[in-house]
Amino acid sequence: MRHAYTWGAILVIVVASVTGDVLLSHAMKTVGDVGALYRRSGLLTVLGKILGNQSFVLGIVAMAVAFFSLLFALSWGDVSLVAPASASLTFVGNAVAAKVFLHERVDRRRWIAAGLVACGVALLAG
Amino acid sequence: MTFRKYLVLAGVAVLATAGDSLLSRGMKEIGGIPLNNLSAVLLALRDPWIVLGIVFLIGFFAAYMYALSWADLTYVLPATSIGYVLLALIAKFALHEQVTLLRWIGILLISAGVGFVAGGPELTHPKQELPADLASASASGDS
Repeated sequence: MRHAYTWGAILVIVVASVTGDVLLSHAMKTVGDVGALYRRSGLLTVLGKILGNQSFVLGIVAMAVAFFSLLFALSWGDVSLVAPASASLTFVGNAVAAKVFLHERVDRRRWIAAGLVACGVALLAG
Repeated sequence: MTFRKYLVLAGVAVLATAGDSLLSRGMKEIGGIPLNNLSAVLLALRDPWIVLGIVFLIGFFAAYMYALSWADLTYVLPATSIGYVLLALIAKFALHEQVTLLRWIGILLISAGVGFVAGGPELTHPKQELPADLASASASGDS
């Protein structure tokens, strides 16, 4: 039973963190290079631009959901299962989501990298 | 730009790894949260390990957002997964845990993936999509 709780929480972590990553990445691409913006207009402008971005706020909400699911999952299952399982599934989910929603050109190099990392992370659980 | 780029990516990896380990240690002290009393999770916020873990994760978040402002999501995520390798090496050499053959293979695969993606371009969008002032500012200011 505890096993089912753990995997349910892992599923919630994966969905929430893929959603959050895509929203946050979209927000930061809208804001642009933070370093260049900081040198031009200062810290307050940077913070205002980031915090005023709707995708950023929604991304934070999704990340908060993922964070509390992680706390639940860690209290029910081993970290050596929970962390690698959720991370490797999140890698693959993110590669697909980045291609579909962010229109990133996920070329062969990046598919292979995402696949290698996901397999490697899954093996760490063994 | 290149040195700063790898420094930020390393910061993302190290801070995330440290934060996760601290959270894990804290949650093990607190023990299982019963499903009929989920609000017990709020007690976790009083545990010093959890609080320290959250501080590290806030630092991770700042570095992560900074990286995402100039690199693709599908670049940042694999590039910063070197943190898992760090974690396994810490387990082996600092905590003297047994690292099995399967784990060494996993470490090898992750390292290969990291090397693969980090050697490529960090941004696949054409620069023309940026506003003219931003494009020229990042071209002149980031050397």
